[in-house]
Amino acid sequence: MNALFQIAILFASGCCICGMLVALVRVFIGPSAQDRVLAFDVCYMNGMLLLLILGMKTATTFYFDMALLIALFGFIGTTSLAKFLWRGEVIEP
Amino acid sequence: MTHSPLPDAVALVAAVLLVIGGLAALLGACGMLRFRDFYERMHPATLGATLGAGCILLSSMLVSTAVLGRPVIHELVIVVFLVVTAPVSAITLMRAARSRTRTPPADGGS
Repeated sequence: MNALFQIAILFASGCCICGMLVALVRVFIGPSAQDRVLAFDVCYMNGMLLLLILGMKTATTFYFDMALLIALFGFIGTTSLAKFLWRGEVIEP
Repeated sequence: MTHSPLPDAVALVAAVLLVIGGLAALLGACGMLRFRDFYERMHPATLGATLGAGCILLSSMLVSTAVLGRPVIHELVIVVFLVVTAPVSAITLMRAARSRTRTPPADGGS
């Protein structure tokens, strides 16, 4: 049953890597800026899931901290880019 | 990997959750590539952020609890963070798209 678990870990990490590649394709061919921001959002989300799966594979807790930081900075990046596209500046006086 | 071996039931449930989460993440990304409009593309982007992240975090909690032998729930921090922040970024991005693609009124009215 542990072999099944290892196969599932390989499958899920392959899915996350393919999802990141597909999101990168949308980043490059996105017709408008908000499409690129949305694809960046999906890309960092898949990267965070990939780090969590690696943490499950190696049974350490370092990957959890990295995943938390990626979630934090990804949210900050997405929101500031969207705010810039919306209002023209990020922090308004 | 020669850590303490997982019990069979925990390994089976964690494997099923991993497969569901990975498929949800991949389907979200592929749907974002396949749909035509930006407002359609907002929908599959949330699939990977909710179902995929939820399943993989639940699987990670199960495996950590089974390996360490005590309840490990610090993945709930990421769950709460995603639940709080995903609607904020989605609403801000949707407002940006709406203000960028707003068509001017036809007859110069209000």
